[in-house]
Amino acid sequence: MTLLIDILSWVCILGGVFFTVVGGIGLLRFPDFWSRLHAVSVSDSAGMLLFIFGMCLQAGFTLVTVKLILIGFFMFITGPTATHAIANAALVTGLRPPVADDLKEDDAA
Amino acid sequence: MHHHLILRVITKLLVGTIILFAFYVQFHGDFSPGGGFQAGVIMAVAFILYGLVFGLNHVQRVLPPWVVHKMLALGVLIYAGTGVWNMMLGGEFLNYNIFSPLHPSHGQHSGILYVELGVGITVTGVMVAIYYAFAGRRPFIGDDDW
Repeated sequence: MTLLIDILSWVCILGGVFFTVVGGIGLLRFPDFWSRLHAVSVSDSAGMLLFIFGMCLQAGFTLVTVKLILIGFFMFITGPTATHAIANAALVTGLRPPVADDLKEDDAA
Repeated sequence: MHHHLILRVITKLLVGTIILFAFYVQFHGDFSPGGGFQAGVIMAVAFILYGLVFGLNHVQRVLPPWVVHKMLALGVLIYAGTGVWNMMLGGEFLNYNIFSPLHPSHGQHSGILYVELGVGITVTGVMVAIYYAFAGRRPFIGDDDW
């Protein structure tokens, strides 16, 4: 039973590592603001939830698990909100997402 | 529909929780990591977040600048007053044992609580006062330009 919980929690934590590292690579390698924001915000939420779930499995039925669930709840709310605020501020100050060439005539018509 | 609707809803959800967490850090400080400095900063963050999202005049209706200025002095007064109180009871400056001569560890518990309360009030006041001083200047993007 302990082995099963250990394996499950390590799968979750390594999955969280995968998503966070992929998000970091996307932040470094993507060409413009919007794709970078998309990469890092979406993958960060998934990675954070997997981290929290893996650590909950390690902690068992204790007060630590309750605190971890609270942390996960508030980060799940505040992360997307911060992304929304950044994207909103960029849009208002005049930054526009780049449009592909075959869509440009559509936009003008 | 207001432009900042999402931010306003999330802020209303968070501000109360942040203040509750500040009190937890404040009064749990003698058992676990935390104490007056951290609790004061967390408490100030609640007011700064409210001010950032709802505007300076709204947060200054909750916590007027004259209250903030009194808080700066009140915290130091509580800190030093605890020490002077110890001297009046016959001990040295900030010697908490004298609060409870039969059980010195109980006296130390209550003494550290008073001192941390003073530190927390002063740090909250300083952080909010710095925010008011910066935010009171003319904004670069007005609220109606969004």
